[in-house]
Amino acid sequence: MGIVNVKKDNFEDVVLKSKEKVLVDFNADWCGPCRMLRPILDEIASERSNVKIVSINIDDEEDLAMKYGVSSIPCLVLFDGGKEVNRSVGLIPKDAVIEFIGE
Amino acid sequence: MYDIIIVGAGPSGLTAAIYGRRANKKVLVLEALSYGGQIINTLKIENYPAAPNISGFDFATTLYNQVKDLGTDIKFEKVIEIKDGIEKEVITTKGSYKSKTIILATGCENRKLGIDREEELIGRGVSYCATCDGGFYKDKDVAVVGGGNTALEDALYLCDVANKVYLIHRRDEFRGEEGLVDKLKEKNNIEFVYNSNVTKLNGDDKLSSVIVTDKEGNDKEIMISGLFIAVGKIPENENFRKLINLDDSGYIIAPENCHTNVEGIFVCGDARVKEVRQLVTAASDGAISATEAIRYINERK
Repeated sequence: MGIVNVKKDNFEDVVLKSKEKVLVDFNADWCGPCRMLRPILDEIASERSNVKIVSINIDDEEDLAMKYGVSSIPCLVLFDGGKEVNRSVGLIPKDAVIEFIGE
Repeated sequence: MYDIIIVGAGPSGLTAAIYGRRANKKVLVLEALSYGGQIINTLKIENYPAAPNISGFDFATTLYNQVKDLGTDIKFEKVIEIKDGIEKEVITTKGSYKSKTIILATGCENRKLGIDREEELIGRGVSYCATCDGGFYKDKDVAVVGGGNTALEDALYLCDVANKVYLIHRRDEFRGEEGLVDKLKEKNNIEFVYNSNVTKLNGDDKLSSVIVTDKEGNDKEIMISGLFIAVGKIPENENFRKLINLDDSGYIIAPENCHTNVEGIFVCGDARVKEVRQLVTAASDGAISATEAIRYINERK
């Protein structure tokens, strides 16, 4: 499953109403660590079927970034059943992302 | 069995890999996090010869691809121990590797203030990178802690973004360039807080204020939503202390030729004791350490 871009309009459907866990990657084009993290997330997305990984560009989606209190990127937020269950800020290695997502 | 194992895939380690591979040595680079090191946080590199305005990410990625194309093995594993011997051994969280030589290119990371709740509030008001996170504080009040060039540059950058910027420094004069201090003093939305340390972070799920304590022990609360910490860098070499001589700050002791106290183990980049820690001096060390490692190997054939 590839990584899809999420906007304000489809956030509820894609993230909050999702049956599986959703890993939201808040990022920006100009952010080096975000660009480093992306290929790691791509790999995980292709390896795992029980988690959906989505990307939110904080420059395009300021409202979402503000609503979820994102003030440092890259910021990974894990949603399960429409609720935030875990959060991680900064570039982390692949093993740590996998641990962050859990089973 | 490798000829050279390089610990760290920042600019110095990757440069060492280029020199090693071009001398036809079998090279393994081990990296705990991701390639590029600290430079990936830089929006635009403006002081590297012949590459003006390249982003840190593009610089790192170009360098990484260059190293891979030369046939270097690169593994993302954290090194926890190195062992000396005729064959040296590098132990990671996932396995162990044998090599004739080792180059330590472990770099530096941001120094923390070391106060309560600092870790917890990272990304919730506490940041170590003004150019990365400054944009989130448009029209808000923020503070920068530190007295070097990074702190001054961060404060200057934030003056253009934020409503008000406090610059908190433990002394009454700055270590950084005078020109930067002059530029800052021309800003009308900056307040200098001298002779003070940040001693407490307040806020529930995000930062709302900090307490600063001055030399006389008086506390003052400053209401801010962002605190940018720029109090320098620290090396991460404690795992090697048993074998390798470090200075009091944890930097690896080695002269310009990058030789450590152990034969066949070299150091390059920010991890080495040196005066100037810049991209170009990191690359320079990479070349020197690899050349010395190659010489060591060839002399023992």
